[in-house]
Amino acid sequence: MLQQLEGSQAIARAVALARPQVISAYPISPQTHIVETLSRMVKDGHLQGCEYLNVESEFAAMSASIGASAAGARSYTATASQGLLFMVEAVYNASGLGLPIVMTVANRAIGAPINIWNDHSDAMSQRDSGWIQLYAEDNQEALDLHIQAFRLAEEVSLPVMVCMDGFILTHAFEEVALPTQEQVDEFLPPFDPQQVLDPAEPVSIGAMVGPEAFTEVRYLAHAKQMQALDTIPRISEEYARITGRHSGGLVDEYLTDDADTIIIALGSVLGTLKDVVEGLRAQGQPVGVLGLKSFRPFPSQAVRDAIGSGKRVVVLEKALAVGIGGIVSENVHTALAGLPGTTSTVIAGLGGRPITQDSLRDMITAARNDELPQLSFLDLKVELVERELERAREQRRSGPTPENLLRDIGQVSGPEAFGATP
Amino acid sequence: MGLGRRTDLFQIRIHGRGGQGVVTAAELLSVAAFQAGRHAQAFPSFGSERTGAPVVSYCRIDDRPIRLREPISDPDALIVQDASLIAQINVFSGVREGATILINSERTLAELGIEDTGSATFVVLPATQIALAHIGRPVPNAVLLGGFSAATDQLNIEDVIEAITERFPGRIAAGNIEAAREAASLVGEMLTEARDG
Repeated sequence: MLQQLEGSQAIARAVALARPQVISAYPISPQTHIVETLSRMVKDGHLQGCEYLNVESEFAAMSASIGASAAGARSYTATASQGLLFMVEAVYNASGLGLPIVMTVANRAIGAPINIWNDHSDAMSQRDSGWIQLYAEDNQEALDLHIQAFRLAEEVSLPVMVCMDGFILTHAFEEVALPTQEQVDEFLPPFDPQQVLDPAEPVSIGAMVGPEAFTEVRYLAHAKQMQALDTIPRISEEYARITGRHSGGLVDEYLTDDADTIIIALGSVLGTLKDVVEGLRAQGQPVGVLGLKSFRPFPSQAVRDAIGSGKRVVVLEKALAVGIGGIVSENVHTALAGLPGTTSTVIAGLGGRPITQDSLRDMITAARNDELPQLSFLDLKVELVERELERAREQRRSGPTPENLLRDIGQVSGPEAFGATP
Repeated sequence: MGLGRRTDLFQIRIHGRGGQGVVTAAELLSVAAFQAGRHAQAFPSFGSERTGAPVVSYCRIDDRPIRLREPISDPDALIVQDASLIAQINVFSGVREGATILINSERTLAELGIEDTGSATFVVLPATQIALAHIGRPVPNAVLLGGFSAATDQLNIEDVIEAITERFPGRIAAGNIEAAREAASLVGEMLTEARDG
C-alpha cells in the first residue's frame, strides 16, 4: 500500500520490519528523525524484542553495535557527517571482525567549514573501511535497501552502510510502499551468526594478528566483498519476487544502450539527471545515465558492460578528493581501463549546493561538444574564488577564507555579526 | 527554463518564518495531493530553522512519479505566510506566467505595496486572524492550504482536511479544519467576485 511519508519515517518503519534486536545510536542532523522514531517505536512497544541504547557518542554507538552483533543480536545504527568520523575507529573494527551491522548514513558534508547540508564526503571517507556501501536514489529505494542490507550483511558476514542523501531524501515527503511484516519475514530469516560470543561455547573474537596472517585476513575480506557482487543482485531479485518491486542491485541503466554520452552518478541526483536526459532524448540527443547502487563492492564488470566502448563518460560526484579530484571517477577509470572513450569528472552539490536541471543540461551539452575539462566544478562561482586568491596574494594576513567569502556574498559572519565594525 | 518542462507538473513554493509551520505546510500539501490520487513531493529548504528567520519549503504535484530534486525556482503557485517578508526578500522570484499567489495579510494589495500584479492571480487572506479565531494560535499554514484548494484546481478542500486529520490530534485538527474551510469559502467568494467584476 502506498503512503505519503517523510523519508526518515519510512526508514524507521523499514528497519522495524527487519526486527533488529539492538539499536544503539546518537542523534545528528540529518539522521535524527530516523533514530528518534525508532526509539519511540521501542518505547511504545511497536518494535518488540529490541533494546534501544541511548549512548553518549557515535563512537559508543558503533562500539555497542559491535558488542551486540558479536553476541548474536541483529544490530542497527545510523549517523552522518562528523558523527561518522567520530566513530571511524570502531567502523573499521566492525568490518575487520566481519560483524553484519547495518548503518544508515544520512549523507552530509564534513567540516570545516561546518555545514549541515548534503554531499557524499562522509560516506566516501569510509569507502576503504571494508563496509559494503549501497546508495539510494529515492526513499522507496532507501527503505527497500535497508531491508535488503540486513539480509546481505548477514549472508556475507560484513557490515553494510545504506547511504541516503541527507535532507534531500531524509526530510522529503514522497510516496513509498512498505512491505508487509509477512513479506519481510519471508525474505529475512532470523540472524544466524557465523561467529558468536556464547558462554556455552566460548570463543574469542578480535585476536591480534601479526604479519604471518594479516595479509590473508585482508585478502579474505576483499574476497567476501567480491562474493557480494553476486549476492547483491541475487538478493535484489529475491526481494523483487516477494514484494514485486525492483530495488538495489549493482547498477541501474537508464537509456544507455545507444547513448554516445553516459553520466555516471549515485544517490538522489539520479532522479534529476533522468528528467534532464529524458528531455534531451526528446530533442534527439543520445544520452544516458548509469546509476551506481553499490559502491563497495565496486561493480567493475557491470560498469564496463554498461558503458561499453567509445563512449563519453561524465562522472558526476558529490565529494571531492582534495589534491586529485574525483573519487568515484578513479574507480570508474579502473573499471574501464583499456576501453576506448573519454572520461570527465564533475564535482557537484558540495555542502548542499543545488544541482539544477539547467546546469546539468549545460554540462551534458559541453560534454557532447567535447568541451568538458577532465575535472570541473558545477556552478563554481569563479569570481568569488578569484577575489579570495587576490586577497591572499595582496596581504599576508588575509584572514580566514570561509569568513572572507561569506562577507563577499553579503552574509555577515565573525565580529561584525556581533556588532563590531570591520 | 521551460525546456522539457511538462505541463502537468505543478510547483508550489511556500515562504514564511521559523515557527509558522512552513515545512509542515508543504508536507500537508503533499499528503493532500497524494490523497487526491496525485503524485507529490515536499521538501524543506534545509536551512537552520530558527524562530523568526525566513524559511522556504517546496511542494511538487504531478500526474506521474516525481524524480526531480532541484529546489523550485519557477513556481506555479506561491504561498506567503508572512507578508513582512515581501519587504525583506524577493518572494516573487521566478514565478511563472499566470501564477497563483496567496498572501497572508489583513491589508490590501496596494497597502502591501503591490501595484503591478502582471498575469498573476493574487489572493490576500487574513489567515492569522482566521487561525486565531478557530485554533487560538497564530498558525496560518493549514488555513492558507484551505485557501490554496479554492484558488487552484490542484486539489479540493476535502483533500486538505484529510491531510490535517492525519497529521494533527483531535482538537487541533478540528480547529484547523474549521479555519481551512472558512479560508476556502472566503477565497472562493473573492475569486467569484473578481471574475464577475
